Amino acid sequence: MAVTERDPHTGYLTTGHEWNGIKELNTPVPRAVYFFLIATALFSLVYWVLMPAWPLGVSYTKGLLGIDQRTTVDKALKRAALDRESWTKRIEAESYQAIQADPALMPIVRQTGRSLFGDNCAACHGLSAKGGKGFPNLTTASWLWGGDPETIAETIRVGINSSHPDTRVAQMLAFGCDQILPRADVENVVSYVQSLSDAAAAKQIPATKLEAGQKLFAANCASCHGDDGKGKAELGAPDLTDHNWIYGGDPQSIFTTVWRGRQGHMPTWENRLGSLERKILALYLVDLRSRNP
Amino acid sequence: MIGQLTIGERQFALVMLLALAVIGFAIAVAGRDDLLGGHGALVILVALAGIFAVIHGYYLPAPSEQRFERYYDDPTKVGIIVAMGWAVFGLFVGDWVAWLLVYPELTFDAGWSSFGRIRPVHTTSVIFGFGGNALIATSLYVLQRTSRARLPDQLSPWFVLFGYNLFCLLAVTGYMMGITQSKEYAEPEWYADIWLVIVWVVYFSIYLRTLARRKEPHIYVANWYYMAFILVVAILHIVNNLAVPVSLGHAKSYSSFSGVQDAMTQWWYGHNAVAFFLTAGFLGMMYYYLPKRANRPIFSYRLSIISFWGITFFYMWAGSHHLHYTALPHWVQTLGMTFSVMLLVPSWASAANALLTLNGAWDKVREDATLRFMMVAAVFYGLSTFEGSFMAIRSVNSLSHYTDWTVGHVHAGTLGWVAMITFGAIYASVPWLWKRESMYSARLVEVHFWLAVAGTIVYVFAMWNSGIIQGLMWRTYSESGTLAYSFVDSLVAMRPYYIARAVGGLLFLIGAVVGCYNIWMTIRTAPRTAGEAVSAKPDSVLVGTPALQPGE
Repeated sequence: MAVTERDPHTGYLTTGHEWNGIKELNTPVPRAVYFFLIATALFSLVYWVLMPAWPLGVSYTKGLLGIDQRTTVDKALKRAALDRESWTKRIEAESYQAIQADPALMPIVRQTGRSLFGDNCAACHGLSAKGGKGFPNLTTASWLWGGDPETIAETIRVGINSSHPDTRVAQMLAFGCDQILPRADVENVVSYVQSLSDAAAAKQIPATKLEAGQKLFAANCASCHGDDGKGKAELGAPDLTDHNWIYGGDPQSIFTTVWRGRQGHMPTWENRLGSLERKILALYLVDLRSRNP
Repeated sequence: MIGQLTIGERQFALVMLLALAVIGFAIAVAGRDDLLGGHGALVILVALAGIFAVIHGYYLPAPSEQRFERYYDDPTKVGIIVAMGWAVFGLFVGDWVAWLLVYPELTFDAGWSSFGRIRPVHTTSVIFGFGGNALIATSLYVLQRTSRARLPDQLSPWFVLFGYNLFCLLAVTGYMMGITQSKEYAEPEWYADIWLVIVWVVYFSIYLRTLARRKEPHIYVANWYYMAFILVVAILHIVNNLAVPVSLGHAKSYSSFSGVQDAMTQWWYGHNAVAFFLTAGFLGMMYYYLPKRANRPIFSYRLSIISFWGITFFYMWAGSHHLHYTALPHWVQTLGMTFSVMLLVPSWASAANALLTLNGAWDKVREDATLRFMMVAAVFYGLSTFEGSFMAIRSVNSLSHYTDWTVGHVHAGTLGWVAMITFGAIYASVPWLWKRESMYSARLVEVHFWLAVAGTIVYVFAMWNSGIIQGLMWRTYSESGTLAYSFVDSLVAMRPYYIARAVGGLLFLIGAVVGCYNIWMTIRTAPRTAGEAVSAKPDSVLVGTPALQPGE
């Protein structure tokens, strides 16, 4: 038999049960709880009537408002495209030179290009496009495959050593590993290559070494990098006479490059970015370079 | 420990451990060319350690019949200590992960320490290691007292406790090796999942067998919550982990679900794990320890029942709010959102029931940090359930989803509610269990309380800021109609908040370490209480109490 008692503090009766000293008051459920239960249930009912809500076997209740997330997204995308049409059409239609000379279009290119670059390219080339070891600096005049906007757009489209059928292909041979040149020859050619861009270092290297290196360079390297070492953009061979090095310009790094070879990789962006976006990126990079002292 | 087992139980324990060793051996052989082999070896080691322990105590005298006069609390004691161990480990890894987001080089170039591996180590250690052990430990304690019945035997609670920790160990070591089925909060692979099912069924059977022998006419509400926790977690666990292993010699398995069905099953599981693991179980804890510590009757029996059924019913539908604006059909999202909104009412009713129970005991809340832990837990429970229902609204979710706001919300719940109610319950039960007058140092409980509150607030505010800034940056358009920021820009903007979050987590970790020290010192050094005359201490003697309680 349950014995109820009155709680002196609240004045409510207990239920009469006790568990290990714990009792429960028989307080009625506060009105607010019922009120909010009914209010939220009513809200839900109205929402179910208006929106897609309940399954009906193979279909579902569509809701009086006729809203569906897929059509909503489609409409929003179309509206956004319309909003941008005023300038996207012009960028698509006009030549690179015309856009570059247009004071109305270039601010849009800078703004849009920046976030496009940040979301797609910065993972390798860095947010400021200055690259890092193994990833080219895109703010200099030194471009492997050419730095005019058309060429940059094409490189973005097909990639380098990528899976695209028209990919740009280039490979620096592993002159040491593949035993094309003996170690002494590799060391000589490394000294010569270093001297091309580093006049101070050149003074420290014995003339005989440089001479031997020069001959080896003419025989083995010039076909891609040119007799003067200034590279050939049509082959993707870098200029060795400037200060821009992808893999490092110190003797050890150059040695590693000649000994083991190099084959960088850039993915194709054709399936990920549209032609408009690739064009904006190319324009953005050329603009970035022009503003880089 | 072995001395408390009957001779028959010792023999059965040996048989089970031998079987476990054989299973471990089979796994090690079958999986010798796979990561699975390492787990086979781990199982063998654990089984051998168990066998040695049982043999070591095998010839101890059999326990006396007097044991039936007392509740069986040793599994609870071990469970509490193990839970605190997992807490410190899990919080440490969590803070490491937090610093990793500030200094990515803190992986020290190792594979096992990469973000994707130690993040689940953190979540599993704190949710399942800390939370799960605390639930098992306190549930066995509460079950016996509110039923006035001793656990049915001595062996099965140890099987549940050690078996459960073996599961946690397999999970955590697996992640670091690279074993995961990539389902959030359900990462362990098929063999660990099967093991957990066995453990869990035994756990539920302990509950049923004890309740069947109860001497109270009614089942106390805490046991309703604990049972909902055990039963529903079993259902969720089994369904979400239905998978086909590549072979019996491989750790890898493939889920039975694919595509959007897989996502829906996962978040039905994921959200109900929040509901029945992190909410129902800890509400059970709250319904015992809070009124006990405050020495007040529960504010309203009716409110506790209406909340129980409200929570149980509404939560089941809410999981799809994790998949707003995805490939999941719109109508499923609608149901998830509306049920999440209705869910707020029973959630707040539970929080209100807890806080109103404190009426008449607010002076104790001011003076007693243990009770204050529980009070703040109830407040955070209310805050995070409001936030959860709010974030489940589709248009709010479009801002909050995928941002740190979600992370902040989860931690408001786990740090503010789950961990605080657990610390409160542990500080209440340690003196009861070890027959001490009080904790070693009330001041240190106070220190822990303020470290925990400060850590939680710093953490949650940092993530609110960071999450809302992220959400806004991702949807800000320039005048020309294109996105104004790249994702990397938003990462740069997060950095100060990530530092603040890691500092908040560190405060919380230090608090847990202080708690461990205090508990250890209580067990080691505090004086034993004289007799049974401690006011807050529940009666641990069965025989000698009146056959009928006043309420019967």
